[in-house]
Amino acid sequence: MGNFLLVQTLNGLSFAALLFLLSSGLSLIYGVMKIVNIAHGSFFMVGAYVALTVILKTNNFFLGALVGGVAVGVLGFIIERGFLRRFPLQALPQMMITLGFALLIRDLSLLIWGGDPYILPCPDYLKGSVRIFDVVFPLYRIFIFCVATVVAIALWLFNEKTLVGAKLRAAVDDHEMAGGVGLNVPLISGCMFGLGAFLAGFGGVMGGPIFGVYPGLDFELLSLGFVVVIVGGRGSLLGSAVGSILVGLVDNFGKALIPELSYFTLFAPMALVVALKPTGLFGKE
Amino acid sequence: MKRLFNSPTKIIGLILAVSVLLVMPPFYSSYWVTLLTQMLIFAILAMSLDILLGYSGLSSFGHAGFFGVAGYVVAILSTRYKMGFLFCFISGISLSVLISLIFGFLVAHAAGVYFLIITLALGMVLWGLAFRWVSMTGGDNGISGIIRPDIGLPIALKDPLTFYYTILVFFLIALVLMAILIHSPFGHSLKGIRESESRMRVLGYHSWLHKYLAYVVSAAFAGFAGVFWAYFNGFISPFDMDLNASIEIVLMVILGGPGTLIGPALGAGIIVFLKNFISAYTQRWLLIVGAIYILTILYAPQGLINLLKDWIRARQSKACGKAFSDEEAQT
Repeated sequence: MGNFLLVQTLNGLSFAALLFLLSSGLSLIYGVMKIVNIAHGSFFMVGAYVALTVILKTNNFFLGALVGGVAVGVLGFIIERGFLRRFPLQALPQMMITLGFALLIRDLSLLIWGGDPYILPCPDYLKGSVRIFDVVFPLYRIFIFCVATVVAIALWLFNEKTLVGAKLRAAVDDHEMAGGVGLNVPLISGCMFGLGAFLAGFGGVMGGPIFGVYPGLDFELLSLGFVVVIVGGRGSLLGSAVGSILVGLVDNFGKALIPELSYFTLFAPMALVVALKPTGLFGKE
Repeated sequence: MKRLFNSPTKIIGLILAVSVLLVMPPFYSSYWVTLLTQMLIFAILAMSLDILLGYSGLSSFGHAGFFGVAGYVVAILSTRYKMGFLFCFISGISLSVLISLIFGFLVAHAAGVYFLIITLALGMVLWGLAFRWVSMTGGDNGISGIIRPDIGLPIALKDPLTFYYTILVFFLIALVLMAILIHSPFGHSLKGIRESESRMRVLGYHSWLHKYLAYVVSAAFAGFAGVFWAYFNGFISPFDMDLNASIEIVLMVILGGPGTLIGPALGAGIIVFLKNFISAYTQRWLLIVGAIYILTILYAPQGLINLLKDWIRARQSKACGKAFSDEEAQT
């Protein structure tokens, strides 16, 4: 029983790490620009696909992760600059545009990479496993948890300690006032969208060796990402982190204990949070 | 009724609709009759979403969930327990309503984009149940073998044409019920909430209750459509209620024109037609539909029906050489 708890907790935490990479961007994009980015799950998927191609060519996992993340980041920046910018703060048109891109990306990926599921090759030195008490646990899962922690700390430092971060927080707090005091809010938004896309794509690559990449991954992850945003609160990094851990654990234990109702187990924490604190655990009004 | 006949365009539209839907079907090939049946079912679904999206300004992204729930109820009751039409019909809609009564507590306080996110997540919960609750729903394989019902009439519904006319009757019932709803004081206060919730609240309207009821009514009609979809298709699977399906309904409404009942019905017709038509020639349906989304938002953000209205209005004002009438301006 103790072993079961430990294994499932570790599994849940490694899944939470991926959810954090996905949802931090989703939450910040929503917080700054009020854009519900339906293409966010697609960014996650495309990142993994691009990395797959790069890794198969160069056999270098980290180059793949970098290229996958950057390619998706650029894609996000182009979508924001080229299309979303035409509808500033109009929620529904923006959302529909991202939706259109989500479908385009889904079909193009199917065209390019086919319908077969792939597992990304994991670098050799991360293939082993470690013993924690008397449980053998794959090293890679611990690795992605560490990566997500580093990203979280980096994001926090960026957000709290740098000038750009301060501008970003200003834009989250009050869009109009930030523009009024001379901040270039459109540029901040564009970069924010690109950064969020980069994180999603990077997350996709990190998840690749465990969950693989397949058609349909996009919307599956998107829904989970939204649950994290609902639970954690919009526009809050801390919220994303706590939300990811909660959702990761609940999802994992749900799948292990009552597999038939596994998605339904997410309903409980979500309903509880929405009923008790509609803005999410760490969200602002 | 007066409003229905007050402009030549509307009369032409009505004549066209009557001839295409009522008079002509016996002369269509069975492929077209089947396609038309499918269009009508999705038209009901799109109109039901429009109560939320168009009239209340609440964009639900989990609407296919209610559609699917009712479909699954019909599938399970009719294949496993051999239940008759009336029982399946009532249970299907009841379960949709019951779920919406529960979900309503979570979504009714929300507005705008937040409403969208919560409904999306709740829709996913329903989809997840259909997908994973294998012993009940058959999981990925869905449930097949739903036979056309015996609704107590002397005619057999196996024939596509009789089934089509039956669906047409139910479509008209749904259309009239929804039209009554949106022209009622309740419907008008929904529009008020869409325009300005805070103002309506100050005026003493219970905006939460209005949104809650709109959500439930909309789910009821989605269930209504779902019941007939299960009977029509003979098969139901998680794909009928996934995010893709929910999104397609939103596209139907936005393409057709939110805030009218006919617009979404038209949008449903166009999407169902394109989906069938294009699928016959190419596998790249999603690519095309994605492009349609982006083009719709860029060039017809108010929907086709309003584009048409603008066009007619521009022509009229050109012809008369004066500003268009107040009546037209209001619609």
